[in-house]
Amino acid sequence: MSFFSQLLQYVFTGVAVGAIYGMVALGFNIIYNATGIINLAQGEFVMLGGMVMISLTTGLKVPMILGFFISVGIVTLIGAVIERGAIHPLKNPSVMTLIIITVAASILLKGGAMFIWGKQTYTLPAFSSSTKPISFGEASLNPQTIWILGIMAASMIVLAIFFNFTMTGKAMRACAANKLAASLVGVNVKLMVLLSFALSAAIGAVAGIIITPVALMDYDRGTMLAIKGFATAVLGGLGSNIGAVIAGFIIGLMESLGAGFISSSYKDAIALLVLLFVLFIRPGGIMGTTGEEKFKK
Amino acid sequence: MVGVRKNRLRVVGIFIFVMAFILGQGVIFQGFAAKKPYKIGGIFAITGGASFLGEPEKNTARMIEEMVNARGGIYGHPLKLIIEDTAGDETKAVNAVKKLIYRDHVLAIIGPSRSGTTMAVIPIVEKKGVLLVSCAAAEAIVSPVKKWVFKTPQKDSDAVRRIYEYMNKKGISRIAIITGTTGFGDQGRKKLKELAPDYGITIVADETYSPKDTDMTAQLTRIKATDAQAVVNWSIVPAQSIVPKNMRQLKMNIPLFQSHGFGNIKYVELAGEAAEGIIFPAGRLLAVDTLPDTNPQKDVLSFYKEEYEKRFKESVSTFGGHAWDALWLVVNALEETGPRPEAMRENIEYTKEFVGTGGIFNFSPEDHSGLTKEAFEMLTVKGGKFVVLGED
Repeated sequence: MSFFSQLLQYVFTGVAVGAIYGMVALGFNIIYNATGIINLAQGEFVMLGGMVMISLTTGLKVPMILGFFISVGIVTLIGAVIERGAIHPLKNPSVMTLIIITVAASILLKGGAMFIWGKQTYTLPAFSSSTKPISFGEASLNPQTIWILGIMAASMIVLAIFFNFTMTGKAMRACAANKLAASLVGVNVKLMVLLSFALSAAIGAVAGIIITPVALMDYDRGTMLAIKGFATAVLGGLGSNIGAVIAGFIIGLMESLGAGFISSSYKDAIALLVLLFVLFIRPGGIMGTTGEEKFKK
Repeated sequence: MVGVRKNRLRVVGIFIFVMAFILGQGVIFQGFAAKKPYKIGGIFAITGGASFLGEPEKNTARMIEEMVNARGGIYGHPLKLIIEDTAGDETKAVNAVKKLIYRDHVLAIIGPSRSGTTMAVIPIVEKKGVLLVSCAAAEAIVSPVKKWVFKTPQKDSDAVRRIYEYMNKKGISRIAIITGTTGFGDQGRKKLKELAPDYGITIVADETYSPKDTDMTAQLTRIKATDAQAVVNWSIVPAQSIVPKNMRQLKMNIPLFQSHGFGNIKYVELAGEAAEGIIFPAGRLLAVDTLPDTNPQKDVLSFYKEEYEKRFKESVSTFGGHAWDALWLVVNALEETGPRPEAMRENIEYTKEFVGTGGIFNFSPEDHSGLTKEAFEMLTVKGGKFVVLGED
């Protein structure tokens, strides 16, 4: 294999992995924007998306497309129920309390998933009927990667339209900017929090469904995805969706190039070193808020 | 009047209480009249990351308990298994062993499932003199030999030897290895590197992946850039199924060898078509249907497979087989020597020609593992099933 095609292959791998991290990070951002908390159950939403889809399509023989929407719907509902059941009833919770609640939710969801699906690992058939890799010279790309990138791009566009051109989306952004001011002009802040949980559960579920054909899925998968996704969100700047996507690609590429040109044993370490380095220079993340915006609050 | 009624009620109450007490005593005395159960401890990683080991082990142990008690126990003494969950965690394993020894006073312990947890509990059983038959594979468990510790799984190094022998036969001399970063993968990596020179094999690429990795194309691209004639993938976690998939994606046509950690039909399902043609060493349990009838293990294996699958509605794995061997060794010893730990230990130490699921065991004071590399058979995947590769 020539150096160039090796490099191209590492880039493909990095992009494929990075897209997954980016999707998870998007989920973190949505809730962070509306509530200022880190939802540590985000990885569990991803896992549930994949698992529900597996049950629907391989168990109940629901067609792929229908199954996709039902799964996202179910997980969205679970996200909403968690918000209504555990976050909403609290009068004046501190951020710390809320984060700990999400830890509890994460453990609960993971335990529930283990109870329902057992400890086995599952997979899904690829989305395209042809699983033949697409060749670029000596490098090759898995068709599922194109699906992942496409669906991620579609989700990004839908989110951008939602946040910039709909009233509800704008109201959610208003909450993010200043909760008190938003409620003074008539935005129902608590409803926005509910929406943010539902939305991030939906994004998580989409991520879980599209990665299962390549990455496999089991009840325990959420934690690792959440850690990587959180690192991505921090690198991109908490709250910035564009930042999340860029950071996802950076971490994915660092991992694959690190594994390719240095050593696969140090793959995770290399990605984390890059993260630390970037945060050292820009504590707010790549596209993150700087001191100026914090001052506003 | 009211006072009298109250008094009468109290008398009735006391009467019932006393009767219940006496009857209860009767039940307890009856319990004593039957023979005392023989207590054996089982510690397995029933939950957690290693649950794919602990779950079938627990099931198998419970199955044997039922079988022994159904045939009237051991000279009338029922077999009582006390099973504890280690969750694959060293601290929990140590606590479980202490509980089994000091509170339950068990005669012997089978398990733990993982090598790490086994190493953690060895000091305790050695100090207290309690028989431990481990279901974990690492050679460090029995080498150097420890007085009270035995193990039933085959040795990692023997799996490596079988793979290398096969490669010699096929004229493969330059290989790439890709291993998981778990204890199992790491041990395998060491053995692969250590034994390669003995077989004239050169390792041209040495890659690793972590158990939660989702994509190994980067590592495989590195391998593809070398002149390796074969890849050895050594791991026990489900992520190993991604390697054959990624190899197919990268159009790598060199043969893929896997470790005995691939011995779970679910891993074949996860890899799908990409699993076809994978070659790996494993106990004969997985391919019992394609085993010739002359094989001495055939009867035991078919019996175990049939019983297990009937009861638990899931495919057998070699891991459950390790518990089968371990518990039968202990039960046989109990039958022959009675509940005397030292005699039971000696009985196992001198067990010869014990036909188990893992192979034919020949223990000795110098060898507490009892198996040779012949315990492994080279298997391959054909039509989504494990079949004996055969010596062609």
